[in-house]
Amino acid sequence: MRPLKHLFGIADLDREQIEYLVNLGDSFIEINRRPLKKAPTLRGKTIINLFFENSTRTRTSFELAGKRLSADVINISASTSATKKGETLLDTGQTLAAMQPHVLVIRHSLAGTCELLADYLPNTALVNAGDGAHEHPTQVLTDLLTLKQAWGSPEGKVITMVGDIAHSRVARSHLLAAKKLGYTMRVVAPKTLLPSQIERYGCEVYHDFDAALPGSDAVYMLRVQTERLTDSCAFPSIREYHEAYGLNVKRLRAAGSDCIVMHPGPMNRGVEISTDVADSAKSHILRQVEHGVAVRMAVLAALCGGHAEEKKEGSRKQLSDEAMQAQGTLL
Amino acid sequence: MTETVLFDHQTVEEALNQMAGAMTAAEIFLVGIHSGGACVADAIQRRLEQKGCTVFRGNLDISFYRDDLDTIAPHPLVRTSELPFDVAGKDIWLIDDVLYTGRTIRAAMDEIFDYGRPASIRLAVLVDRGGRQLPIAAETTGLNFEALAGCTVELVTDGAWTIEQRQVK
Repeated sequence: MRPLKHLFGIADLDREQIEYLVNLGDSFIEINRRPLKKAPTLRGKTIINLFFENSTRTRTSFELAGKRLSADVINISASTSATKKGETLLDTGQTLAAMQPHVLVIRHSLAGTCELLADYLPNTALVNAGDGAHEHPTQVLTDLLTLKQAWGSPEGKVITMVGDIAHSRVARSHLLAAKKLGYTMRVVAPKTLLPSQIERYGCEVYHDFDAALPGSDAVYMLRVQTERLTDSCAFPSIREYHEAYGLNVKRLRAAGSDCIVMHPGPMNRGVEISTDVADSAKSHILRQVEHGVAVRMAVLAALCGGHAEEKKEGSRKQLSDEAMQAQGTLL
Repeated sequence: MTETVLFDHQTVEEALNQMAGAMTAAEIFLVGIHSGGACVADAIQRRLEQKGCTVFRGNLDISFYRDDLDTIAPHPLVRTSELPFDVAGKDIWLIDDVLYTGRTIRAAMDEIFDYGRPASIRLAVLVDRGGRQLPIAAETTGLNFEALAGCTVELVTDGAWTIEQRQVK
């Protein structure tokens, strides 16, 4: 297997690496269920979580993942960081890297933040915890672990993803993972919430939710990101959105008895998902949260493990097309 | 790669009988180390239960407790550790197939302590092949064989159990 130096996105991983991380995550689930939730795997490693965007679950998940493997974990959020005092992203990155952490976990609103920093921080492993509308690889690895537990393998299955596909980094990462792992992504959204050139991902595109339901093995609801949509007129009202694109019991029934429900959180009950569906036995949403910690343990262990010399690859020097395209979505 | 059978099936069976014979208590707590140690623990469990002992079983995968993460990446297929009894205050028998450097045993002891504080831990191994790098010794050893550093000594469980030596390179 190619060694992992950074985790920028699903785009950089091959199938073998994805399956390695998911299987390793599977092994870590058990540690999280022990009475004493601690293993010494990452003793002596330092991990800095650098979050320029607000996040509770991803940050907590990374923090627990590091701490349960005995790493020293520091959290920095933009509101308390030197960024507020005018420091540039590059300076913040170099300053933190000078303190010799093994891993920097970064969330930022700009696509390609980790890829950009990697050129300047040669000795630090970087993890993308969400970069704008580009990628959110650990969420997708988490989902793949949930799917592994539910189905064994996602190959040949149909995942119907509903909501703001254009602004969703989870959607983009899933579209990339689907090609590599052989599952079908069916995306459902009004035209205003689909990115341009959606066809290039090789997914099925629907504007009518009801038409997309039959044959779905999982319905994956995305949060309506009101903070990203305040100025646009993507849809007339929350109520109308719920009518057309919300998941309720009737729709879930139409999808078939084995169909499962997923959501990356946080949920807006009554907007994209009704309460009875969110709390139903079909919902794997809390399992996704549990698996999130295990998968992040796997990512941190994989980045800290192995020969350092093997990992010295050439730097990229420019952003990937995928990141450029994602940033374009927002402009 | 050359393979030599060091101990035949008969000898291995006798060694297992001897190991089970060394365990004397009404309730016995056996913890096997994946994967060979878990097989040996199963074999000892059957013998102890025939004697009328009550046996509590657990298994450990020590992958996350290894001391060599900096040289090798974690193995992707890690079996689940399960200690279905409370280890606190118990006299535990730790079981492995082959005792070599002692690093696996150190890691296993660390892992047991993450579940609780046992009254004691004793080590029972099917084969001691020498080459210790840590001050660890088995309380009960089924078989002894001083192997060279370039060899592996393995328990073969396909069909009748034997102990084989393989030359690496």
